[in-house]
Amino acid sequence: MSRRFTLPQAALALVIALFLLVFLVVPVATVVFVAFTNSDGSLTLAHFRSFFQLTLMRESFYNSLYVGAMSMLASSILALPLAYFTARFQFRGALAIQTLGVLPLIMPPFVGATAMQLLFGRSGSLNLVLGDWFDLNLPIMEGLNAVVFIEALHYFPFILLNLTVALNNIDSAMEESAQNLGASGARLFRRIVFPLALPGYMAGAALVFLKVFDDVATPLVLNVTNILAAQAYFRISSIGIDDPIGYVASVIMVIASMAALWGSTWVMRGRDYATLQRGGSSLATRKLGPWQALLAYGWIALVLLLVLSPHIGLVLLSFSKMWSFTVIPETYTLANYAAVFRDSPFMLWNSLVYCGIAAGLDVLIGTAIAYLMLRTRLPGRQLLDMVASAAVAIPGLVLGIGYLRTFRGFDLPFTELPFVSFWLIIAFAFTVRRLPYALRSCVASLQQVHLSMEEAAENLGASNRRTVFRIVVPLMAGGIVAGFVTSFLTAAVEISATLMLVSATSDAPASYGIYLYMQSIVGRGPGAALGVITVLLVGVGTYASHRIMRARSMRFETLQALK
Amino acid sequence: MAKVKVEFQDIALAFGSTAVLRNISLAIEPGEFFALLGPSGSGKSTLLRVLAGFAQAKAGRVLVDGKDLADVPPWKRDIGMVFQNYALWPHMTVHDNVAFGLEERRLPRSEVRRKVAAALELVGLADLGARRPSQLSGGQQQRVALARTIAIEPKVLLLDEPLSNLDAKLRVHMRAELLALQRKLGVTTIFVTHDQEEALSISDRVAVLDAGIIQQVGTPIELFDHPANPFIANFVGTINLISGTLKAGPDAMQFESEALGSIALGSMPATAPGKAQIAFRPHVVTLADAAAPAGAGLIWIEGRIAAREFLGEFIRYTVKAGKAEIVADQAHYTGARSYTPGEAVRLGIQPQQIRVLAR
Repeated sequence: MSRRFTLPQAALALVIALFLLVFLVVPVATVVFVAFTNSDGSLTLAHFRSFFQLTLMRESFYNSLYVGAMSMLASSILALPLAYFTARFQFRGALAIQTLGVLPLIMPPFVGATAMQLLFGRSGSLNLVLGDWFDLNLPIMEGLNAVVFIEALHYFPFILLNLTVALNNIDSAMEESAQNLGASGARLFRRIVFPLALPGYMAGAALVFLKVFDDVATPLVLNVTNILAAQAYFRISSIGIDDPIGYVASVIMVIASMAALWGSTWVMRGRDYATLQRGGSSLATRKLGPWQALLAYGWIALVLLLVLSPHIGLVLLSFSKMWSFTVIPETYTLANYAAVFRDSPFMLWNSLVYCGIAAGLDVLIGTAIAYLMLRTRLPGRQLLDMVASAAVAIPGLVLGIGYLRTFRGFDLPFTELPFVSFWLIIAFAFTVRRLPYALRSCVASLQQVHLSMEEAAENLGASNRRTVFRIVVPLMAGGIVAGFVTSFLTAAVEISATLMLVSATSDAPASYGIYLYMQSIVGRGPGAALGVITVLLVGVGTYASHRIMRARSMRFETLQALK
Repeated sequence: MAKVKVEFQDIALAFGSTAVLRNISLAIEPGEFFALLGPSGSGKSTLLRVLAGFAQAKAGRVLVDGKDLADVPPWKRDIGMVFQNYALWPHMTVHDNVAFGLEERRLPRSEVRRKVAAALELVGLADLGARRPSQLSGGQQQRVALARTIAIEPKVLLLDEPLSNLDAKLRVHMRAELLALQRKLGVTTIFVTHDQEEALSISDRVAVLDAGIIQQVGTPIELFDHPANPFIANFVGTINLISGTLKAGPDAMQFESEALGSIALGSMPATAPGKAQIAFRPHVVTLADAAAPAGAGLIWIEGRIAAREFLGEFIRYTVKAGKAEIVADQAHYTGARSYTPGEAVRLGIQPQQIRVLAR
C-alpha cells in the first residue's frame, strides 16, 4: 500500500471511534469516576472505605472471588480429562465430546438453574432417590456451591474447547523427542504436553472466571444475593442511580475481570505458543486399553448426564403442571407453552431484532477495524482494536449501570422520551458486549487473506473501494458469517446488561422474559417453556451455521493449503 | 499492441532505515524480455512493485512510454503483474478471475466474454473456465494468473518469480512457453528471478541487482563472458576467483598471488597494474596427466585432485594447486579419461579466457 490511508478510511475510523467512545469508554469511565468522587466532584476513597466497612459488601466480595475461583477449578476438573481423551486416544466419543462442548453454551446458566434445583436440590429428584434408598442427602444445591455447580457445568466448555485446540496444535515431534529422551506416561504429559497446551488452558480458564464473575441472574434465580454482581444490581435498582456503593462494586468487578485476563497472559509471559509447524503432524493417538476405555467412557457418560440435566430438567418443568417433592413431575400439560405463545411472542421478536442489530453492527465494525488495522497505516488504528477488545473485560451489569448514569437526562431527539428507556440502547449494549468476539473472527479471517489478492485486483484496475467490496469482503465472508452468528447467538442469551436496561416489559428480550417468569413459583412453568423455545432456536441456529461454514471452508481449503 | 519503453531514473527506496534500492537507473526497451536477477533481499521484487505502484520510491522517477507515473494509482497504471503466489481469488471461477480486470474497465459483457475466451485459449485452458482455482494444478493456476493479466492487454507485463512455485521439469517447459507468448504479444516484459539459469536462458537482457544496486546490465552472454565485478562473476555461473597483484613483466603481464605463485598472463589484459583478481570458468580448464608434455599456448599449473563430483554431462574436479582450490569441469562421455582424488595433474588454462577484475 502506497498511501498511509485515504479520507474515507479516516472518516470510517472516526465514526467507529465515536461509537466506542459514547457506548463503551464514557459509560465505563463514568462508573469509575462516580466511584472515586464526592457529590461535589472532588476525588475521594471514602466510598471504597464505606464499601469495605459494610459486612455484607465484604462478604459479597469474598463470595464472588470464591465462586469465580471454585467455578474455574470445577470446570477444569470436568474439562481436563475430556480434552486429554480426545487428544491422546483413538476414540469413538468424539461426537459426544463435541456435543458436550456446545450444549451448555447455548443455554445460559440462569435458565436451567430452577430446573437444577428441582433435580439436585435438598428435596430434588436425586436426593429423593438417595433418601429412599440410602437415607442420604447430598447438599449440592446449597448456597454458593449451587452457583459453582451450575456455573461450572455451563462454562467448562470454554476450557475444553481452548485446551483441545491447543493440544491438537502440538507438534508430535515435541512429544516424540521427549519419548526419545526417556520420558513417558504421566511425566511426559506433565512436563511436555500440558505446558505446551497451557496457553489454551489459561485462555479458557480466564473466560470462565469472567463469565462467572459477570453473572448476576444465576445467583438471583438461586436466591443467592450476597455476591458482588447481585449487590451492585440491588444497590442501583433499589437504592438508586446515585448510590456510590453500587459503583464501587462495579469498579471492583471491572478490576477483577481485568486482573483475570491480565493474569492469564502474565502467566504466559515469555513463553512460546506451541504451534504446529507446516508439514508436522499433531500428537499421535493411541488405542484405549480396556480399563482406560471404561474410565474414559464412564467419565464422558457422567459429564454428559450432568450437562444434559439442566436441559432435561427444563423440558420436564416446561411440560409440568406441578413439580415438587417428586422425582419427576406427576401431571403434564401444554398450558405453559400456550401461556408463552399467548403472552410473550413479542419477546422472541425483540430478541431477534436486538441481536440482529447487534450482530450486524458487530461484523460491520469488526470488518472495518480489521481492515484499518491490517491494511492501512492510519494513526491510532491499534487503539481502535484495543478499545473494542477491552469490552471483553467489562461486565454487562457495569455497562448497563454506565449507560443509565451517562445518558440520564438525555432525551431521544424530537421526543420527550428519556434516551435510557429507548429499546435501541439494549441493542447497543449487546453490540459492545459481543464486539470483541466478532472482531477477533474478522481479524483472523483477514489475516488469512494474502495481501497479493488485493494487489492483484488493484493491478487489474480495481480501485481501493472496489477491491474491498469485490475481493476483501468475499474472502473474509467465512469469518464475517462466523462472527455474526457468534454475536447473534450469544447476545440471544445475554442477561446481565439486559437486567439493568429493560425499562418496559414490552421492550424485553426473551432472556429477560425467562428471568422474570422464574421469579415466581407459578411462573416457572411458562419460564421453562420460553427457555426451551429459546434454547431450541439458538441450538438450531448454531447447528445450521456450523453446517454452512463447513460447506464453505471445504471449497477454499485446497487453495489455502497451497500457500 | 504498441510497444512501450520503461525507464527508472535514480530510484531510491528505504524501509525504515534500511536502504532497499539505491539510485537505480535503468531503461528497458520496447518489446524487450528483460530479467531482474539477484539474490533474495537484493531489491529486485521491490523495484517491480515500484513500477506496479505498490511501493513508493523515496526519490526518482518511473517513466512508462515517456510518462511519469508518480501520481497514477496502481489501478490506473495498465501494468499487468503476475504474482509469485498467483493470487488467484478462491471465491471466483477461473472465468471470473480472468474477467475481473475487463469488468473493472467497464467493457460490454459480450466483449468481456470474448476476451476471456481468447486469453484462456492463449494459455491453453479454454475448457477450464468453470473450475475454481483450487481445482487446478500448480501449472494450470500459473496459466490462469497469466491469462488474467494479459486479458487486460497491459502496456507492460511484470512477472514476479513466475516459475518458482513449479517443479523442475515444468519450470523448464513453462519458461519456453512464457517466451513464446511474450514474442507473440510483443509486450515489454520484466521478470524477476533469483535463478540465474532462468534469467540467462530466456531474456534479451538482464540486470543483476545486489544490495539495492545494479551491478551490471547486459545480454546473458555479456554477463557470462565479461562479468563487471567479482559479485557478478560468482553469481552468474560458476567461476574460479583468485586474488593477487598484477605486475608488468618483461614481455607480458605477470599475476602474482599467494595461492598460485607467479603466472604469466600473456599480453592480453589492458588493466593497470595493482591489486586485482583473475577469474576463469571451470570448463575452460584442461586437465592432463602430470607427466604429459605441457602444450604451448596454455598456462600450466601443477596440482592434485582433491575431490570430484559426477554430474552427467561433465565431471567437476576440485584441484588443489598451491594454496588455491581450482574447480575444473571435464566433459564426460563413455570412455573418457577420469581422475581419482589424490592423483597428480596439470591444469591448462587458455590466457584469453582469463578475466582480470580490479579489486
